[in-house]
Amino acid sequence: MGRLLLLRLAGAVPVLLLVSVVSFGLMRLIPGDPSAAIAGLSATPRMVAQIREQLGLDQPLLTQALHWYGGLLQGDLGRSILLGQSVFWSTMQRLPVTMALSAYALAITLVVGIGAGVLAALRQNTWVDQAAMMVAMLGISVPNFFLGLLFIIWFAVGLGWLPTGGYIAFTDSPWGWFQTSTMPAVSLALLNIGLLARITRSTMLEVLRQDYVRTARAKGLPRHLVVGKHALANAMIPITTVVGIIVSLLVSGSVVTETLFSIPGIGQLLTSAVLGRDYPMVQGGLLLVTALLVLVNLGVDMLYAVLDPRIRYER
Amino acid sequence: MSLLSIEHLTVAFRSETGQATAIEDVSLRLEPGEILGVVGESGSGKSVTALSIMGLLPEPAARVVSGRVVFEGQVLTGMGEHRLRRIRGPGIGMIFQEPMTSLNPIFSIGEQITETLAAHGERDRPKRRDRAVEMLERVGIASAARRLGDYPHQLSGGQRQRVMIAMALACRPRLLIADEPTTALDVTTQAGILDLVLDLREQLGMAVLVITHNMGVIAEVADRVAVMYAGRIVEQSPVELLFAEPAHPYTRALLGCVPTLDDDRVRLTAIPGALPDPRTRPAGCAFAPRCGLRVDACEAAIPPLRPLGPTHEAACIRTCAG
Repeated sequence: MGRLLLLRLAGAVPVLLLVSVVSFGLMRLIPGDPSAAIAGLSATPRMVAQIREQLGLDQPLLTQALHWYGGLLQGDLGRSILLGQSVFWSTMQRLPVTMALSAYALAITLVVGIGAGVLAALRQNTWVDQAAMMVAMLGISVPNFFLGLLFIIWFAVGLGWLPTGGYIAFTDSPWGWFQTSTMPAVSLALLNIGLLARITRSTMLEVLRQDYVRTARAKGLPRHLVVGKHALANAMIPITTVVGIIVSLLVSGSVVTETLFSIPGIGQLLTSAVLGRDYPMVQGGLLLVTALLVLVNLGVDMLYAVLDPRIRYER
Repeated sequence: MSLLSIEHLTVAFRSETGQATAIEDVSLRLEPGEILGVVGESGSGKSVTALSIMGLLPEPAARVVSGRVVFEGQVLTGMGEHRLRRIRGPGIGMIFQEPMTSLNPIFSIGEQITETLAAHGERDRPKRRDRAVEMLERVGIASAARRLGDYPHQLSGGQRQRVMIAMALACRPRLLIADEPTTALDVTTQAGILDLVLDLREQLGMAVLVITHNMGVIAEVADRVAVMYAGRIVEQSPVELLFAEPAHPYTRALLGCVPTLDDDRVRLTAIPGALPDPRTRPAGCAFAPRCGLRVDACEAAIPPLRPLGPTHEAACIRTCAG
């Protein structure tokens, strides 16, 4: 188990390297640089050139890259050009917001997605099944920013139940957090609910046909144990794979959702950094998010061993 | 009163190509402590018979069209799932052909035995554990107490079938249904499992319904035999009588398929032809197209079971004179 963990961690190094190269390269390929934004509209070309020099952007790309990687090796992600703060701390300030929102969305996804999938499998080919799968298909096909907009129009503007945007931290006011996070979390969750419900349904249909489910019935277990224990515990193994993917989708989905609902999370931070050509912020922020996702996937791999004794006992 | 009686049971399967009758007008009786063997080729309906006793038919594709199953005076056919589940386990236990896939791979064998006890009202955890150890010892699992935490993939095929038996008998059922219990096992393991079933019958006094396609298994364990062909019972008799005086041509053909170790000069005979398609069975005797004794009258009507003696009956107009 320890060896597996080390191997996976070592495998993350090339992934992080690739992400750093791509983010560095792509940012430089976009026309424009941060100096113009800093200098403002009325700046003379001289002033802009001066700022470029100060930021070291006049130097050859390779020198800039070496400088950045040199910092990385010392554990320094650099300073954000626009915020004037260290990249690490700006990210860490925003991270809890995104994580709380993602966790909320994930909780909704798991409860509704698995619930709907199991129900559809148990009522295969009835109207319940068809209705659940139609809604799932809708969740997959409708873009989440569109749903977000619809939610704002219905629940915030029309009914006035929830605020149109903004964010209140859970630690400040749990109720405020719930009010500001519910619409973004639901609009984030819908796509994933659709995915998860469909996978759960097909996995459960497969598992319910297995011999051990018949055995569970033959020994007189009540239905909730046959389905909820014997079938679902086996179905959880493939479902977990999809949940790992869903976590990544939630983080990438937060870019749009946070902008739409003006939530100060990682997604919003990186979006404004890209628009302002804040090179160090984009590069460092992406690297940190990637590292986080690598850790999540590592956690998923460890979960397999918890769920499946055949993996746990492999030597 | 018989322990189990199946009365004129007919089960049909619905499929896209139409309705097929899996078993038709099947009647069987089982007395307490008795071992009844049901033998036939794959597709003859013997597994469907076993599953329909327990209400485990794959619904909604399969359904009981007519007839009924009575166990200890209670009619099982049409009984609600809620009441039926209380009979599965303490009343009737069941083991299956594939011990590899019949145990849940992600729960320990101890858990799978004790949860059965818990589901049937044993509230005391240490008692459940003791009972699981006792059952594992009875089925011949060495150092049973230390094996409770083992998972199915750590056991051999024979051991898994032993665990299945321990699980099926944990609630002391009066009837054990064994659906091809040895088919997936190698020959030496087969003999061990059959001996175990005979031993446990002695110790616990339960009746056993053995479903098999293997006449050797029947000879080994059964007191009485029912031969099934194309969804119907074609012959029924005590086991010695059946081997000594098989009446139905199909039974005779089946017995011709059993290899004997004493005589290596005799060639094994295969029954020519195949089972008729259950959707298009002949109007008369279903075995007629493959039968060497066939006459025109065979195809006119389905021959009923007729008594040949006090304990022997067969369904053939040619061999059952009278």
